[in-house]
Amino acid sequence: MTAPVVVTGIGVTAPNGLGTGPYWEATRIGRSGIGRISRFDPSPYPSRLAGEVPGFNAEEHLPNRLLPQTDRMTRLALVAADWALADAGIKPAELPEFDMGVVTASASGGFEFGQNELRALWSKGGQYVSAYQSFAWFYAVNSGQISIRNGMKGPSGVLVSDQAGGLDAIAQARRQIRRGTRLIVSGGVDASICSWGWVAQLTSERISTSEDPDRAYLPFDREARGHVPGEGGALHILEDGESARERGARIYGEIAGYGSTFDPGPGSGRPPGLRRAIQLALDDAGMVPDEVDVVFADAAAVPELDRIEAQAVSGVFGRRGVPVTAPKTMTGRLYSGGAPLDLAAALLAIRDGLIPPTPNVTPDPAYQIDLVTRARPASVRAALVVARGHGGFNSALIVRAPQAGGV
Amino acid sequence: MNEIFTLDDLRRILREGAGTAEGTDLDGDILDAGFEELGYESLALLETASRIEREYDIALDDTALADARTPRDLLEAVNARLRASAA
Repeated sequence: MTAPVVVTGIGVTAPNGLGTGPYWEATRIGRSGIGRISRFDPSPYPSRLAGEVPGFNAEEHLPNRLLPQTDRMTRLALVAADWALADAGIKPAELPEFDMGVVTASASGGFEFGQNELRALWSKGGQYVSAYQSFAWFYAVNSGQISIRNGMKGPSGVLVSDQAGGLDAIAQARRQIRRGTRLIVSGGVDASICSWGWVAQLTSERISTSEDPDRAYLPFDREARGHVPGEGGALHILEDGESARERGARIYGEIAGYGSTFDPGPGSGRPPGLRRAIQLALDDAGMVPDEVDVVFADAAAVPELDRIEAQAVSGVFGRRGVPVTAPKTMTGRLYSGGAPLDLAAALLAIRDGLIPPTPNVTPDPAYQIDLVTRARPASVRAALVVARGHGGFNSALIVRAPQAGGV
Repeated sequence: MNEIFTLDDLRRILREGAGTAEGTDLDGDILDAGFEELGYESLALLETASRIEREYDIALDDTALADARTPRDLLEAVNARLRASAA
């Protein structure tokens, strides 16, 4: 039996709450953070709603030296990491530097920073491009900056697989801990609500064009019309279960199982890979479907993709066989930050015995899933988080309540 | 043309381009302090040099930059270029 890997700290920056407390307070009552874009003028674009993280002033949280060299996504990630470490009661300076690593996911890199530097390049010339553009846009920059800020020199890296990446990063962190690293900061934060990021996102043709924040992102609803993008995400402190218990850490839960698959090419006639990813995660956890108390859905809000997900879930758990929820309808899809935020919600659902809702959605009965549209008190001992990335990535992760007397 | 690049000019450009490290007082006596000691790594100096070049319309050569360990070194290198371009 492999030693358990546990979550001991959570740091959240979400559109409906800055910090884990505000996020969970909003999420459990179904309060959304989606609204008209304020970070640039969205009027010329077909989609104008987003989930923006409110009230974030990087100057209040980060050293001045970091500001000229960081994109918004990195600033949010650095602060989420600080909060996660504080929540875990970890002072990195007190631990050996090679015993700590950072594995994050990234979907697009630092778009806003890059946009400003590219604008300087074509309007003024190469002399006006910041030297920090060399890394500030880069996928791995959040991992790098968290590692530098906290003196973490153990195994580190970045996973790039769109929304699925947030789970792939957590799984990679678990691998590194099993190989002997004591602690990994893991999860994801994306933020590309700027005009360049926006036109890039629009090419997916999956972005809702609704102007009504309550009707724009409706997965599993007959009125599903694509998603609303958001920014933010979550970082988690993953630790080797034994050393976490030895130091008396509060344990949110155990990363019990993980599976990932890639969809077959179009026209192959083979089934999508999502159901198999869920089955692989169950097998990895050594669990049967009945032991899972809630599913945090990927919730694409594209009818074909909703059908595939509903079929995967009912295929594994039976028709209406497990509560399904998608609190991301309150934040928008956060790309690499989405699944780590769902993981935070899953851990808090375990802690509080409450399944957060999927507000505004009227589930289409044809999907035959038990969608939780109002917060539902329930004993949650294990939760499944599902995430799909554009292009065929499917990932599934199971988190389990801490065992009595430690894990 | 009689332009001189002063320590205050450097302070301003450092602040704009690279920020100030915690515990560093740029307004203090920094003329002979090492850039590393002030919290600036090579990339910060690259950004600083690039800002000086475009503001003063000069080209600093890479060796002069690499050899500049302190604000005094950098001021001397920049002012030498300014004198050369004025001549």
